Order: sequence, then C-alpha cells, then structure tokens
Amino acid sequence: MSTTTESTLHFVPGADFRARARAALDDPQLRRSFRGAMDFLQNKRSAQFPEADELEALRDLGEAVRQHALARLPELLEQLEAKLCANGVQVHWAETADDANRIVHEIAARRSAKRVIKGKSMASEEIELNHYLGERGIDCIESDMGEYIVQLAGEKPSHIVMPAIHKTKSDIAHLFEKHIPDTPYTEDVDALIQTGRRALRRAFVDADIGLSGVNFAAADTGTLWLVENEGNGRMSTTVPDVHIAIMGMEKVVAKLEHIVPLSSLLTRSATGQPITTYFNLISGPRRVGELDGPREVHVVLLDNGRSQAYADGELRATLQCIRCGACMNHCPVYARIGGHAYGTTYPGPIGKIISPHLLGLDATADLPTASSLCGACGEVCPVRIPIPQLLVRLRTEANRAPDEAVAHPLRGQGANHKRGEQFVWRFWSGAFAHPRAFRALRWAATRLRAWTPSQQMGWTRHRTPLKPAPRSLHDLLRERGQPE
Amino acid sequence: MTRTPDTAPPSTSASESNRARARILGRLRDNAPGSAGAVGAIDSRIDMHYASRRTNESDSQPARVDQFQRMLEASHADVFRASADAWSAELARRLAAAGVRRVLFDTACPEGSALARALPDTVAAQSYELPIEAWKDLLFDTIDAGFTVVRSGIASTGTLIIEPDARSPRTVSLVPPLHVALIHANTLHADLHAAAANERWRDGMPTNLVLVSGPSKTSDIQQTLAYGAHGPRALWVVIVTDESEQSPTA
Repeated sequence: MSTTTESTLHFVPGADFRARARAALDDPQLRRSFRGAMDFLQNKRSAQFPEADELEALRDLGEAVRQHALARLPELLEQLEAKLCANGVQVHWAETADDANRIVHEIAARRSAKRVIKGKSMASEEIELNHYLGERGIDCIESDMGEYIVQLAGEKPSHIVMPAIHKTKSDIAHLFEKHIPDTPYTEDVDALIQTGRRALRRAFVDADIGLSGVNFAAADTGTLWLVENEGNGRMSTTVPDVHIAIMGMEKVVAKLEHIVPLSSLLTRSATGQPITTYFNLISGPRRVGELDGPREVHVVLLDNGRSQAYADGELRATLQCIRCGACMNHCPVYARIGGHAYGTTYPGPIGKIISPHLLGLDATADLPTASSLCGACGEVCPVRIPIPQLLVRLRTEANRAPDEAVAHPLRGQGANHKRGEQFVWRFWSGAFAHPRAFRALRWAATRLRAWTPSQQMGWTRHRTPLKPAPRSLHDLLRERGQPE
Repeated sequence: MTRTPDTAPPSTSASESNRARARILGRLRDNAPGSAGAVGAIDSRIDMHYASRRTNESDSQPARVDQFQRMLEASHADVFRASADAWSAELARRLAAAGVRRVLFDTACPEGSALARALPDTVAAQSYELPIEAWKDLLFDTIDAGFTVVRSGIASTGTLIIEPDARSPRTVSLVPPLHVALIHANTLHADLHAAAANERWRDGMPTNLVLVSGPSKTSDIQQTLAYGAHGPRALWVVIVTDESEQSPTA
C-alpha cells in the first residue's frame, strides 16, 4: 500500500478567490451560461411548489427529520452499521479524505481492480478520489453525463447537481469530437447524449468496481437511497461485481419512511421534478439465487471535518443539508461568478458554510465574506438551514484572534484576523464611549477634512471618497441654539 | 471499524478503520445535543402531512389510475390500458411493430407465460437463466427489450415500484433499450408515503427496490432534456385494469 499522504485537496489555492471571481465577472459567455441556467432552475423549482402552505409544511418536516437525525447521529450511525452488516454490507469509517481514499484503494487492490465506473458522488469529488486512484494505476470513469463532460475537459464540477452547467452545447460538441472516436461535430443534444451513451456503455460492462455516492441512508432498514435520472447510478451499482458507496456520515436518518418528505424536497428543489426517473434503494449485495447485482457492497462513512461542524450547536445546522443546490441556484453571487471561482468542491452558499469545516478557515477565509447576506439561500433551503446566519458566524470566527480560547475552536480560527483592523475598532469604540475623546475626534474630523485621503482602500475602487462634513450635526444644532 | 459480514477475511486497515470509528463516534458523543425529541412525534407529523394532502375524490381507484397514467405520460412513457385477457396480444403486436426481436423476461410467471404464448415468431422470448457474468456481452448487445411485472405503483408521481428477484433480476428493467412494465391497477398507491407505509418497508427491504418514473433522461447539456442517457430509451407501461381470470401478483 502506498504511503503517500500528501493532501490533494486544494486543487486551486483558496487565496486566489478574488482573482477568479474577477475573471469570471469579466467573462460574458460564462455570465450568460449561468444566468440562463439559474433562471431555468429557479422557474422549474417554483413550478413544483404552487402552494406556499404545502412548501412551508414540507420544509418544516424536512428540518425536523434532519435535526432529529443529527441529534441522534452517533447512535444512528451505529444502528446503520449494524443493520448494513446484517444485510451483508461491509462498513468502513474514514476520518479524513486520505483515509477514505486508502480504504477504496485497498478494496480495489485486493481484487486487482483496474477500472472503476462512477455514478455521481460529490463525496468522491471532495476526497479527490479519481486523482488518488489514478496515481496508483486505477482508472476512474465518470458515467453521469455532466461529470463525464467535465472529466473529458479536465475540469471540476461547477454545480453539485448539474456538473457541466458552465458548458455550452458547442463546448461539448468540440470535446466529444476531440475525445471520442468516430464522433463528428454536432450541436444536436440528442445526438450528443447518444454519443455519450455509446462511449460509456462498454465501460459499465468492463468495470471491476462501481462507485457511487449516497443521497440518504436509513438506519432502521440499512438502506442506501440513491436519486438519479440517467440510470448510470443503477448501472454502476448493479453491473460490476463490487459496489462501493461513499457517504458523508451526516446523511443517515432514523427511518426509511423519514426519507419520503426529504426525497420530495430534494427532487423538487434541485431540478423541479416531482420525482426523478430512478430512486434506487439498495439494502444489500446479491443474495444466493439472485443472478445480478454486486456480490460485494461496501459503505465508506466519511467524517472529513463534519464532526467539527457537529460540535457547535449553531454550526451543526450545516449538516442538515440534502445537497439539492437550490441555495446556489438562487444566489446572486453564484449566478455571477459560477461554481469554479469558489475553488472548492461545493460551491455557492452551501459551499461557503461547509468548506471551512472540510478545509479549514485558513484555506477558505474569503468564502464567508463572498455574500451580500441577501437571504435568498436561507429562504429556499428545503431543510431551513439559516445560511446567512452561519455566514456571519463564520466571519466572526475568521476574525477572532487566533489564540482566543473558545469552546469549539474551528480549524483556521482567526484566518482574517488583522491587528490593524482590531486596533481601529478598539480605538473607535473607545472614542465613542468617552465624551471628551469623542468631542476631540469630532472636532478634528470636521476641521481637518481637507486632509482626508482620496484613496480609501477598497471603498474608492468603485465609489467616490468619503469625506466628513464641514460641521457636525451637534455643531449645527448648537449654532441654531439647540444644545446637545 | 471495518465490519465484515460472515467470515470474510479482515482488511489490513481494519484496525485503522476501527480506531477511526472510535474517534469519530467519541467526538460525536461528546458533542451530541441533550435531547432529540421523540421519533414518534415526527412519524405522526409526516403521516398527518400526507393524509391532509389526500382527498376522497383524488384517492378513488379510477382517479389513481388516471393520475398514474397522466404523470407517466408527462415523463415521456407510453402507457396503455388493457384487460387481463387482452393485454398480452396487444403488447405482442406492439413489440413486433417496434421491430423488437428479443425480449428478456420471466417466462414462468403467469404474466410471462401469457406473453410468451402471445409473441409472434419474429419476437423471441428470452428468460434470465445465467448469472450476469456468464452473459454480460449478450445481455448488453442482443436484448432489445426487458419485460417486468412490477410490485406496485404510485399515482401521484407516476412511479413503478420494482422488486427484482431471481427470475426477474435488476438488469431486466435497466440494460435493454426498451423497458416494458406491467402493473395491475389494483396495486396503485396514492403516493410514496402510502406505498412505504402500506407495504411496510420498515419491516425489511429486498436487496434492491427500484422506483422508476419514466425512461432514462438527462438535462446535463445546456438544460436540454434528452432521453435514453444510460438506462432504457423508452418505457412502455401496461396497466391491467380488470382482474377477471388472472390473480394479481402477491
């Protein structure tokens, strides 16, 4: 087994967020792609929720189910493990991305597997599994059409539900023409999809291992609930002899029947469908007498920073997420800069609140500030995660002094802490708390206004400089004979 | 911990996974909130929510069949209704007209034997005899259609509930480019909640249960809907509306 432990997680440096956002804003094609896609997805979603009462009642249920599951998380994980085990599924625990990669690699190595076919899995993107296995001579082929497209392009998904949302028909036509043999250039979407189908058909047959994510897991029956439209998820979990499912450990719920409202919220919020083409409920490997299905099923339970979010009563709500993507579809920032600018596996509002736990605030310090706090994300969230409130909280943690002792310190606490800024705020609050100092400051600001600097850091990049008035309100009132 | 069922040899990283398990659960337990609230309260809230959405009018049997058909057609499925005596001849005719040459299905079940009898010489019946490994290429390359009798259905979303078994395995409804599903109208549930509750999914699940609501599709290229991504390009649904001679599946 390899001893390589280098972190492969930062596929782009977090510090470049501003530069990438700027570049995205200046790319009219990208702006058009995202604007069109966001409008489309917003309309599809709202058409699925014609009755506000039903939507709100369902969101209440979704929130209650997820909060209940999180409150009992350790117990439910053990129950899920026991149930899966009884069903013949092998369960593995991974604290970090590297642990999860190692576990998958070991399963593959034991069977001398060379080819992995993948259904859509954001958890596998999060741990950069393709990269890890690729370095060890194992090919991973993405079979979700959108994932396949971004893999051909050597890119990352720009959206958690629609990975190739940034690509146009013509981009994809060029990609297919270049990478898939015997493929003439065409912008006909049906023809493009049939080309993708033809190209991947063989991969399902030849794969040694099928890998998938998990949308929901039920602790009471030991069932993995997978949601999809294309059938590639079913193929990946049915045709190869081994199925490995990677799931963030927060995805477990107490009962199979609790997934009923969650699945409805997921499909309607994500793509505006009353239900997706396939709900694939997997509760075990092929049994004796059955003629297909994997003979080995593995589940990898992934922590990778989730227990940090769990520890804090407020931040725990982050883990309620069911990964529908509605927050990014409604985010004015995401719509303008697209998914890649964030530089994290999960972009948009959910990415801004989950990534600091996965990667540390030091690697993601800009993300919680990339928000106008307009509240749209919180308003559409199907499980009522108070995303704007969590963004403010993460800003606070990023600005806290690195050495300040708190009950549940976050990795990278104080990443945005600046001594100069702290000094200014202390000076400011001191001046406002002492009348004598305040009067002196007021006198100086009004009388010395000619010396106000014309370059005022970020403010003057897009705005005229701020300049104090010649006389303060107090001065003016006193002149009118109305004392302070 | 790497928990292995039966007597599978322990993985070399089992102890590592075991330690990870202890640390993860330890961290979670140390920080778990005091009270989770009663699970029964959530169960009854879910039950009440779905009950309040069902009206007597919409929940009658004929209304369910209509809604089921409407929703499936909206998802691009071809649906036809027929009596228990007539469906097999009608389906055989349609399969022949579509140029289907080889259909995969359980020829031993009552519906399967009825279909096998009705098929013309141009359409061969193939039953699933061997494990998938033994005929994977043939399965992928030579089968034009798969025929399954579904366990039940869901009216509100136009959904088939398929329980693959030894005679009708998972790939029958997945690999061939055409999937034909037969459903007995009296197995329709109002919604997913009713299906899960009435069929008592909580008491134990089969290795695989699949809910199918149309042919395979994708909108991954510029939000343009296209059918036949990886699963069946077409889905035909036969609703058997009367139950004169044949008994419905258990």
